[in-house]
Amino acid sequence: MHEITLTVNGVVQQVAVPGRRLLSDCLRHDLGLTGTHVGCEHGVCGCCTVLLDGEPVRSCLVFAVGADGHEITTVEGLAAPDGTLSPVQRAFAECHGLQCGFCTPGFLCTVTALLRQNPAPTEEEVLEGVSGNLCRCTGYQNIVKSVHRAAEIMAEDR
Amino acid sequence: MTTKLFGEPVRRREDPRLLTGRGLYLDDLGAGALAAAFVRSPHAHARIRDIDVSAAIDVDGLLAIYTWEDLPGALAQPLPLLIPHPALTHGRTAHPLAREIVRHVGEPVVMVVARDRYLAEDACDLIRVDYEILKPVVGVEEATQSAQLVHADVPGNVGAHLVQEVPSASGRAVREIIESAPHTLAFRLDIERSASMPLEGRGVHARWDADDRSLRVHSSTQTSTSVRMAIAAKLGLPLPKVEVIAPDVGGGFGVKIVHPWPEEILVPWAAMTLGREVKWTEDRREHFTSSAHERAQVQFVRVGFDGDGRVLGLDVNILHDHGAYTPYGIIVPIITSTQLLGPYKIGAYRVEFSSIYTNTVQVTPYRGAGRPQAVFCMERTMDHIARHLGLDRTAVRAANFIQPDEFPYDQGLIFQDGRPLIYDSGDYPESLRMLKEMIGWDSFPEEKARAAAEGRTIGIGVGCYVEGTGVGPYEGGHVQVTSDGRVHVSTGLTSQGQGHETVFAQIAATELGVPLERISVVTGDTRRFGYAVGTFASRAAVMSGNAIALACRKVRDKALRVAADALEADPRDLEIVDGEVRVVGAPGASIPLATVAVLSNPLRYAFDEEAARATQFAGAGSSFDRPPVAPGEEPGLEGRDYYSPIRSTFASGMHAAIVETDPLTAEIRILRYAVVHDCGNLINPMIVEGQIHGGVAQGVGGALYERMVYDGHGQLLNASFMDFLMPYATEVPAVETAHLQTPSPLNPLGIKGAGEAGVIPVSAVIASAIEDAEGLVIDRMPISPSELFDLRRAAG
Repeated sequence: MHEITLTVNGVVQQVAVPGRRLLSDCLRHDLGLTGTHVGCEHGVCGCCTVLLDGEPVRSCLVFAVGADGHEITTVEGLAAPDGTLSPVQRAFAECHGLQCGFCTPGFLCTVTALLRQNPAPTEEEVLEGVSGNLCRCTGYQNIVKSVHRAAEIMAEDR
Repeated sequence: MTTKLFGEPVRRREDPRLLTGRGLYLDDLGAGALAAAFVRSPHAHARIRDIDVSAAIDVDGLLAIYTWEDLPGALAQPLPLLIPHPALTHGRTAHPLAREIVRHVGEPVVMVVARDRYLAEDACDLIRVDYEILKPVVGVEEATQSAQLVHADVPGNVGAHLVQEVPSASGRAVREIIESAPHTLAFRLDIERSASMPLEGRGVHARWDADDRSLRVHSSTQTSTSVRMAIAAKLGLPLPKVEVIAPDVGGGFGVKIVHPWPEEILVPWAAMTLGREVKWTEDRREHFTSSAHERAQVQFVRVGFDGDGRVLGLDVNILHDHGAYTPYGIIVPIITSTQLLGPYKIGAYRVEFSSIYTNTVQVTPYRGAGRPQAVFCMERTMDHIARHLGLDRTAVRAANFIQPDEFPYDQGLIFQDGRPLIYDSGDYPESLRMLKEMIGWDSFPEEKARAAAEGRTIGIGVGCYVEGTGVGPYEGGHVQVTSDGRVHVSTGLTSQGQGHETVFAQIAATELGVPLERISVVTGDTRRFGYAVGTFASRAAVMSGNAIALACRKVRDKALRVAADALEADPRDLEIVDGEVRVVGAPGASIPLATVAVLSNPLRYAFDEEAARATQFAGAGSSFDRPPVAPGEEPGLEGRDYYSPIRSTFASGMHAAIVETDPLTAEIRILRYAVVHDCGNLINPMIVEGQIHGGVAQGVGGALYERMVYDGHGQLLNASFMDFLMPYATEVPAVETAHLQTPSPLNPLGIKGAGEAGVIPVSAVIASAIEDAEGLVIDRMPISPSELFDLRRAAG
């Protein structure tokens, strides 16, 4: 067992994990943050995407011990502390960018990072930006619309 | 008016929960539960000689290892054959854990329960199963010719054989008509296997209450009521002692309608046996090799037609691959064979199918359920006829359409629900007119010529379909108004992301005149509603939607009756607006629905303010010559009703696409995709469009990417998301949509189902478009760039 320290959504968490424990399992089952979902466990679907020091990573491909000392943002940490939804979350609700919601946390984290790097992406850049996440329900066009809408909301908020 | 919400693009009420990580999917439940894992067969066909668990029993945290021999009573019997059909003469189902023989890679053989999933899998790795390998049967044509049998007692590997024939109006047989037709064509079509592949796999969590001798089970299912009945039957428990809840479900698309899955009875049994919470969460590899697939068929078509392209006779012979077992009967080939006719009136029709066992994963419905194959067959036939006669492809279709004044239209066949296949309503010529205008069909030849001048190859395709939706037998709804004015709606069928909470609330708001935010909706929880069938066949809105509307109407009638008493008015002069019962045309004369709820329930005890107003001594307007609850009345403001249709409603639609093929690499790109869709009255156009988008995306997967690649040993070679290609945002085109609304005369709300429509014609449409671009015949889907490249080479 390894004692590790993760800062998750701004909260310092200490947890003891076996070396082989996946970060996705650690977040979900050790820390109870079940918003991060696991769809394939081989790094293809993107459902388990979280932000590790601000960068999107697939938490099913990271060992929890590898995240020791780092900052992690999960879907639970995207809204403001008072519960106000982030622009990306608001945009997904507005544009019907989700159906079953299982892939949604991964998309939200991916898009949050995308818009941080590129606040006004082109259509091509949006497609490229979300093309590592699978969705089986929406057909993507409302997800793409949500990304553009989120960029608009962020621009309005500035 | 704020409460007339039927037909409005109301934002989804599910979203705030799902966007903040507060959704509750199966694996989010049961923190601290024991974990189950399974040893599954690595062989497609083998006899189990011995199972050696000795190396596994020392694994730290191991609680139990079970094989078939450990299963008691009914649990040791084969799983149920859910939909028996007289034509399914050799129905076969698996045992929950393999007994003696395994018949596909991935079949569960041993169940392990340990402290967590990692440890359970450690133990699985240490269990040695000694197999005598038998020759597998792979591929549907091989299966019909093979001396090797999937089930020793099923000759020729044929599980079912069914023929339906509708002779011509003058009574002539189909084959005779085809032989004497001015034109005749014969060809073969192939469709490969795909799968539902929801991003959340299956999962089961069970908690046994030993004191109460009751079981609470959560399952990621499309039918919680049926899972409940299966558990009660298999574990010998009284039905009221079993509760099953479908929590948030991360997609289903058909695969979660099969029940019980072995795990749905094994996990609860383990929870009972061990007296501990047990959970199983399927991993992706397990999903590929132990959940169901669909689509694979070989079709042999003969068609006779006249010089205008009118089909005089159609004869189709289908070989349907149903894999190793038939738990869901022969619903898929029945649907293919009966929905094949689409929006057309065909002079005479004969269809025959054989449903064949192979040593591969079992086949049960996947979104569209047999219809994509049916539409591929019919629409390829239309294109073949058009090419043969040199006619426009849409003109051939138009020549065969059932006309708007011909409804109800009886196709003369028996549908999947055992009832006559009678279309209720539709307007196919108008649908085609809208589609052609949207995609620019008539001006496409010029566009194609312009592209050709630039060295680009483009083509246009079209496909039409009719979809039987809203199949019975029934669904129910319960509506209760509590004394705070809130409305609690429940229905037994489940939701897998379709937005049922929202659309059912819209229906209740409209029927009851109550603001949306005061309505809550619960689905798929047997604690709230125990009678239901399930969510499949585009039936939820039609079935539960109408049931909830009927239940609301009961509540409304009672509310008006009670309010009329209180307001000393005639119930016929009352309306409910914004949660208040008002006397029409008399401002000020009103009473909140909350108060009506209080008045409807005479109380002895004043536990809160509202209750104080309802006690026996509050007494307003009460009469001493009748009991507080009058004969024939019930306390409370609630209603329950059921909707049971005489037959299915028939939604319809037409799709068109423009594709571009790369002259060198043969890469296929969809440039435009247009849909005209008719599902009767729209409850929420935003949600319907979302369903179409998602369906088309799955259709694009089925047309261009998704296939289950089995080798000759029955090994699935692409059992991962790295190798089974589902489309990402970069592969799915934006879908342009238009709605036509021909209300169904069969139900009070005039609605038809919308859940599967998007997926149904896509392979046919893309095949038609590639064919137009390339001038090559496309008779097999999906088609990859390398296959298109080979076709080009073969054509020289």
